[in-house]
Amino acid sequence: MSAHGITRADLQAVNLPRRKVVNRAMQALSTLAAAIAVAALVLIVYSVAKRGAGALNLDLLTKDPANSFSFGAPVKEGLANAFVGSLILVGLATLMTLPVGLLVAIYLVEYAPPPIRTAVTLVLDVLNGVPAIVIGIFVYGLIVIGSGQSGWAGAFALACLMLPLLTRSTMEVLLLVPSSLREASLGLGIPRWRTTLSIVLPQTIGGIVTGTVLAVARVAGETAPLLFTSSLVGTKTSWDPFHALQSVPVAIFELSEQPDPASHQRAWAAALVLLLFILFTSLTARWFATRSRRKLSAAR
Amino acid sequence: MRFGDLSLQVVAGAAALGATLLVGLIAWKVADGAWPSVRHYGLKFVWTNAWIPVTGHELYGAASFLFGTAVTSLVALALAAPLSIGIAIYLSELAPRFLRGPVTALIETLAAVPSVVIGLWGILVLGPVLRTHVEPALHSAFGFIPLFGPPSSTGSSIFTAIIVLTFMILPIVSSITRELFLGVPHDQKEGALALGSTHWEMVRGVMFPYARGGIAAALILGLGRALGEAIAVTQVIGGVTGSSGIQWNLFATGDTLASKIAASYQGATTNLQVASLIYLGLILLVFSLFVNFLAQVIVRRVARKQGFGARA
Repeated sequence: MSAHGITRADLQAVNLPRRKVVNRAMQALSTLAAAIAVAALVLIVYSVAKRGAGALNLDLLTKDPANSFSFGAPVKEGLANAFVGSLILVGLATLMTLPVGLLVAIYLVEYAPPPIRTAVTLVLDVLNGVPAIVIGIFVYGLIVIGSGQSGWAGAFALACLMLPLLTRSTMEVLLLVPSSLREASLGLGIPRWRTTLSIVLPQTIGGIVTGTVLAVARVAGETAPLLFTSSLVGTKTSWDPFHALQSVPVAIFELSEQPDPASHQRAWAAALVLLLFILFTSLTARWFATRSRRKLSAAR
Repeated sequence: MRFGDLSLQVVAGAAALGATLLVGLIAWKVADGAWPSVRHYGLKFVWTNAWIPVTGHELYGAASFLFGTAVTSLVALALAAPLSIGIAIYLSELAPRFLRGPVTALIETLAAVPSVVIGLWGILVLGPVLRTHVEPALHSAFGFIPLFGPPSSTGSSIFTAIIVLTFMILPIVSSITRELFLGVPHDQKEGALALGSTHWEMVRGVMFPYARGGIAAALILGLGRALGEAIAVTQVIGGVTGSSGIQWNLFATGDTLASKIAASYQGATTNLQVASLIYLGLILLVFSLFVNFLAQVIVRRVARKQGFGARA
């Protein structure tokens, strides 16, 4: 047992009351740690809800920001350009990532020899750890230097962040599909590509949808990749991804750097909308994921 | 081989190759953008403590930002490590069954809150509280240590950034550690308890040694997250004013590699300044590639050894 750090001296010589006190203290500290983390979340959500609810109205979603800052004037301007921009940026990023992510996952699970699978998965995990701001610089060098900021550049930056998430989650559900299903299909003489696309893939639709929703929830709140790629914008709502588009996180970031309380109010309101969207989507996706995973595992 | 088979394999393989090459392309493009500054300053950039964007007297160096990154992320990690391990002990050992699911979900939700929202909260709610209550108290109690100098004037400080980063890495480290603790074999735990050890002695003597490698990997992943966080830190750290960016006072304002880049997104004018900003990004990229690679290798070794499905 001494190899595990417990010696006989620990158990015999040390007096029991003291050991019990230490035990109690450590239990209390652990509970306190969990309480601190929960309190942090509750405090953040509470602050956003309290301060955001006051400034939240239909104008925020439907009106564009005014051209100049109006100190103290009643807030009669919105962030419609940011909401529309985020919708387009995240939508385009999802459309770019989804086919690529699915194909990478299919290759790694269905075709790749084990050493290649290990290597590529490692690279994807490392890509997942590249800071978002570095992705922003990368896309700045790749696209923005040549052709300026645009919605496409911003969406591509977000896509780089989504790719490892989506590939990983798709791989996980593909691995859950029982191999007896593949064998049955191949045994009936169905070629491998049809087996993969029409037998295996449909089994994983639920998992792919939840994986996509989680990835969307994650990148919808990303600011750093958009600063260098899609942030120099006007105040008019634009639906054109060939120009830079405003987004909700960038709008919150810029408003939070302003000195006046009216800007802060709008930042809180936008943060409330963003937070509600992210919490709602990620919690439903998570709930759905545990349910469908249980179903798939049961079928195994 | 059938045409359909071949084409799916080739297309899917090409996608996988593209995803792999993406990391290389990122490294190449960032190095390419930084090149004018790399050629101009060489490695001296790393320990030059200056950021002077005045035409004719331009001088750029990363020392103060490296210092800021090191202080914020290492102190945040030092705070988050015991908290995360405590959380993991609570969730895997102590919490009553009906609380486990909800508390786990709540703590993981903390990871889903966007950094810009945490930063907004940090600058408008947390910062003022720290400035008026926590910083003066720490200063009067530990003022003899230079780290706890005079409190900040606005609530923006290295200290605020540290607290914000701590909250951001807590959920990452604690959820991995919790999974590791849940994987500890029951017979080992029961063996220790049967020998008369207290609950804590069992945790210390059986669970810690078993999960040691995994906890190290979780901490390194948390460090990687803290190093690269740009937005929340930019919002609360206040930025460096003047040329001497290295201050030992935790309550002074500062800058990290990532926050300097994020804060200058509209302000860079000369080519050398842009390249120097990208050079900061290059240093950040090298660190994060190294840190993440290390963590993933440890995770894989632990997973293979214990047959535990570690996911990072």
